[in-house]
Amino acid sequence: MNRRNSVFVLSCLAFGYAFLYIPIMSMVVFSFNASKLVTVWDTANSPTLKWFYALLCDDEILGAAWISLKIALINATGSVILGVLAGYGLARFPKFRGRASLNAMTTAPLVMPEVITGLSLLLLFVALEQETGWPAGRGVGTMIMSHMTFSMAYVTVVLRSRLATFDLSLEEAAMDLGARPVKVFFLITLPIILPAILSGWLLAFTLSWDYLVISSFTSGPGSSTLPMVIYSKVRLGVSPEVNALATLTIGAVTIIVVGVSLWMARANRLAQAP
Amino acid sequence: MTSVAAEMAKAAPWNDPHARPYVELVRVSKFFGDFKAVDDVSLKIYRGEIFCLLGASGCGKTTLLRMLGGFESPSSGRIYIDGEDMSGVPPYERPVNMMFQSYALFPHMTVEQNVAFGLKQDRVPKAAIRERVAAMLDLVKLGEYAKRKPSQLSGGQRQRVALARSLVKRPKLLLLDEPLGALDKKLREHTQFELIGLQHQLGVTFLVVTHDQEEAMTLASRIAVMDHGEIAQAGTPTEIYEFPSSRFVADFVGSVNIFEGKLVEDEPEYVRIASEEFGGTIYVSHGISAAPEATVWAAVRPEKILMSTTPPQGADNVARGAVQDIAYLGDLSIYLVKLATGKVVRITRPNTTRHAEAIGWDQEVYLSWDPSSPVVVTR
Amino acid sequence: MKRLRARFSGRGLVVALPYLWLLLFFVAPFVIVLKISFSEVDLAIPPYKPLFSWYAEHALAIRLNFNNYAFLFTDKLYADAFLNSVKVALVSTILCLLIGYPMAYGMARARPRTRNVLLLLVVLPFWTSQLLRVYAWIGLLKANGVVNNVLIRLGVIHNPLALLYTPFAMYVGIVYSYLPFVILPLYANIEKMDWQLIEAAEDLGCRPWQAFYKITLPLSRNGILAGSMLVFIPAVCEFVIPTLLGGPNSLMIGRILWDEFFSNRAWPVASAVAILMLLLLVPFMMWYQSIQARETAGPSG
Repeated sequence: MNRRNSVFVLSCLAFGYAFLYIPIMSMVVFSFNASKLVTVWDTANSPTLKWFYALLCDDEILGAAWISLKIALINATGSVILGVLAGYGLARFPKFRGRASLNAMTTAPLVMPEVITGLSLLLLFVALEQETGWPAGRGVGTMIMSHMTFSMAYVTVVLRSRLATFDLSLEEAAMDLGARPVKVFFLITLPIILPAILSGWLLAFTLSWDYLVISSFTSGPGSSTLPMVIYSKVRLGVSPEVNALATLTIGAVTIIVVGVSLWMARANRLAQAP
Repeated sequence: MTSVAAEMAKAAPWNDPHARPYVELVRVSKFFGDFKAVDDVSLKIYRGEIFCLLGASGCGKTTLLRMLGGFESPSSGRIYIDGEDMSGVPPYERPVNMMFQSYALFPHMTVEQNVAFGLKQDRVPKAAIRERVAAMLDLVKLGEYAKRKPSQLSGGQRQRVALARSLVKRPKLLLLDEPLGALDKKLREHTQFELIGLQHQLGVTFLVVTHDQEEAMTLASRIAVMDHGEIAQAGTPTEIYEFPSSRFVADFVGSVNIFEGKLVEDEPEYVRIASEEFGGTIYVSHGISAAPEATVWAAVRPEKILMSTTPPQGADNVARGAVQDIAYLGDLSIYLVKLATGKVVRITRPNTTRHAEAIGWDQEVYLSWDPSSPVVVTR
Repeated sequence: MKRLRARFSGRGLVVALPYLWLLLFFVAPFVIVLKISFSEVDLAIPPYKPLFSWYAEHALAIRLNFNNYAFLFTDKLYADAFLNSVKVALVSTILCLLIGYPMAYGMARARPRTRNVLLLLVVLPFWTSQLLRVYAWIGLLKANGVVNNVLIRLGVIHNPLALLYTPFAMYVGIVYSYLPFVILPLYANIEKMDWQLIEAAEDLGCRPWQAFYKITLPLSRNGILAGSMLVFIPAVCEFVIPTLLGGPNSLMIGRILWDEFFSNRAWPVASAVAILMLLLLVPFMMWYQSIQARETAGPSG
C-alpha cells in the first residue's frame, strides 16, 4: 500500500505542483510590487500595499464585488435546496417516472460548455419576457436563476454520492425507536449529511463567484459582476489592482478550504460508521 | 443455568394447547418480484422466550425479522403481537424494537443521546429519561462511556450500546439481527451469556436471527430452522439436535452420518433397515411411521458411534472399516473411517487421557452404536 | 400496507421542484435556441423574426429558414474554427493526461497523511477563480514578463520571445486551467485500486512497468475517460482563454459564437453555431454520463 514512488513519479509530482503554483505565487508576489509595470520589480519602493489600498478605493470593483456576493449567497442557498431535493430523490427513490430524465438533466450541466448555456438562457429570458412580461429586463435576478441551474447540478452530485454511502439502517433504527419519517430526516439524515451540504453550498458559492460567460450573457445594464469587471480590465493587459485582488482571493480560498478540510476530516473521523 | 429460557423449557408453553401465544405469525409469505423470500410461515412465540431463527444466508430469516419490525409488509398472511394485528402499523408505532446487525448507532450522537433517542420520541419526561438511560447504561456496564461518540468505542461496547438503546423502551418484543456476528470468537461466547442474563433480568421476549448454530443452541429456548423461506423444523435445541425431522435439519445443525436404506421390518417398538451404504442392517429401537419397503435414512451423530479394534457383539449396527484420517482438535479427535462399501463415516471421540490412543492411521476398526442412537427420517 | 405507501407519497413533492426548475431553465432554453436557429435575422428587438405567424383566422404559417446553417457550411471560416477547436481540445486533453496521470498516480501511492495534503494542493487552485489563474499567465508570458526575464537573466536568450498571444500560450492556459479536472477523477479511481493486485502481478513474474501497463492502466480506464471528457468538452467551446492568451488570430468556435452574438448581433447565426456545437458534443456528454453511472454502480474491470 505505502510503497515508495519512483524517481520518475516524484519528478512528475514536483513538476506538476510547480506548474500549478508558480503562476499563483507570481501573482501574489507582484501584488506587493510598487511598479505599475507589474512584472518589473521596483526594488526601491517594494514591497508596498498601495495596490490593495487602490483596490479598496475602486468603486467599480467594489460595486461589482457587492453584486457578485449577493448573487453568490442567494445562488448557493437556492442551489443547495434544489440540489438536496434532487440528490435525495435520485439516491433514495429507485423508481419514479422521470427518474432517467432527472438524472440526465442533473449531470448534463456539469459538462455543458458555458457559451452554449449562457446563450440559451439569454434567449429563454428574452422569449419569456416577450411572451409573459416576466422577467422584466435582465440583471441580478436572471443571473441568479442561471447560476442556480448549473450550480445545483454540482450540489446534486455531491449529495448523491454522500447518500449512496449512507447506512440506511440508521434511519430504520430511528423509525424503530419511534420517530416518524419527517422527524427521522431532520434528526438523523440531515445532521449526518450536513458536511456534504456545507461543501455543496461552498462549491455553489465559488462557482457563482467565478461564472464569467454565463453572467455576461444573462446580465443587464448596471449589473456587472466581479469577473466581468476583471475580464474587461485584463483584456487590456496586466493590472496591479487585479494582482492585489488575486492575492486576497487566494488568501480567502486557502483559509476557507484548509479550515473546512480540517473540520470535515474531524467530522468524518467521528462519523465513521462501525 | 437459571435463565428464563431454562425455566421456559420446563414450563414448555408450546406444548400446552391452551397457552396464548405472545407473537403469532399466520401463513405469512413475502415475495420480491418472482422470488419467494418467505413462504407460508406460521409461528407461535410465547412470552419470555428467546426464539432463534436459524438458517443460511438468503433463507428468509432476516426478511421475516424485518416484517416483524415493520420494515417490510407481508405479501400475504397476518402478524399478531400480544393479540394485536400489526398489518399496516408502521415501525414507529410498533411495540417492538430491533437491534441491527450493523448496530446502526447514530454517529453524531453520544452514547447517552443514542440510548435516550427512543424515549424522547415517546415524550417521556426529561427527568425520567435521564434516570432510565443511566440505569440502562449501568446495566450494560457502560456508565462511564455515556459522553463518548460511537466511533470512540470498541466493537463489544458498540454492541452493548445498541442493545441498551433497543431495550430502554421496554419493548414487548426485541428483534436481534445477528447480534453477535461482528464480534470475535472469545467475546462472542462471553456476550452470549451476558445476553441471556440481561433477558432474564428484564423478561423481554427475544427473537434472534443467526446463521451460527452454536449461538442458537446456547441462546434459544426454541429454534426454528429455516430453508428457502420455509420453516424446516421448530423445537427446543434438544429436539432439533436429537430428533431432526429431515436430512436437511440433521445436516444443518451439527454434523451427522446419513445412511440410505430400505425399511425391511416395521414394528411399533422397533424397525430394521437394510442399507447398502452401511453394508448391513440398522436396528432402531423405536417405531416410525413410513410405508413398508419405503426408502428411509438413518442419521447417526459422530459422537454416538463407538469404535473398537475387537468385534462387538451382535449382528446389527456393526460395520468394519479402515481409519482414513484423524484430526486432533485438542478436546476431541475426529476420525474418518472408510467402510468396505466405500462410505466414509465421521466419528468423534473425546480425548480423555493425555496419551493418544492406540488407534492410528490405516488401522482396521469396528463401528457400532446403541439401537436408540439413530434417527430415522423419511425426507 | 396502505400506511406504508402513504409514507412515500411525499416523493413526488421532493423531486418535482428540481425537475420543473431544470425543465424550465435547462431544457426549454435549448428548444428556443433550436427555434431561433431557424429564423431570420431582423433589425429589431429581439433581432430575429418569429418562426410562427397567424394568417387571417386559422392559418398558421411556419417559416423554417435554413440559411443560417447553409451559411455556416459555405463560409470556410466556420468549418476551420470547428476543426481547430476540436484539435485544440484534443491536444489539450492529451497534455492534461500526460501531466495529470503520473501526478494522480503519485498522490494515490503516497502515505495517507501526505496524500491528503497533496489532494488539498490540487483542490486549492480548483476553488480559486479560473479567470484570475488565466490572468496570471499574461504576467508570466508577456514580452517583459517573468519567463522572458528569467531566460534573459540566465543568458539563454538575448531578446524576449513572443510567447503571449500565440497558440502556445493558449495551450498552456487550457492545460493549466483544466489540469485539476483530470487529476481528481483519476486520483479517485486509482486510489480505490487494490495494490495487492500489483504485488500479485509482480509475484507472477511481471516487472514493475509491465505490472503498471497490464494492471494499473486498464483498471484506471474509467478515470482516464472521465477526466478526458471533463477537459475535452469545455475546451472545445472555451472562450476566455483563447481571447486572453491566444491573441486575435486564434480561431475557436466559442469566440465565433460570442462575436456573432455580441458584435454582429446575429442571434440566429449564433444559435445555429450553438446547435452544431451541441450536436458535436452530445455523444461525448452521453459517454461521460455512462462512465459516471458505471463508476457509481461499483468497481468494474
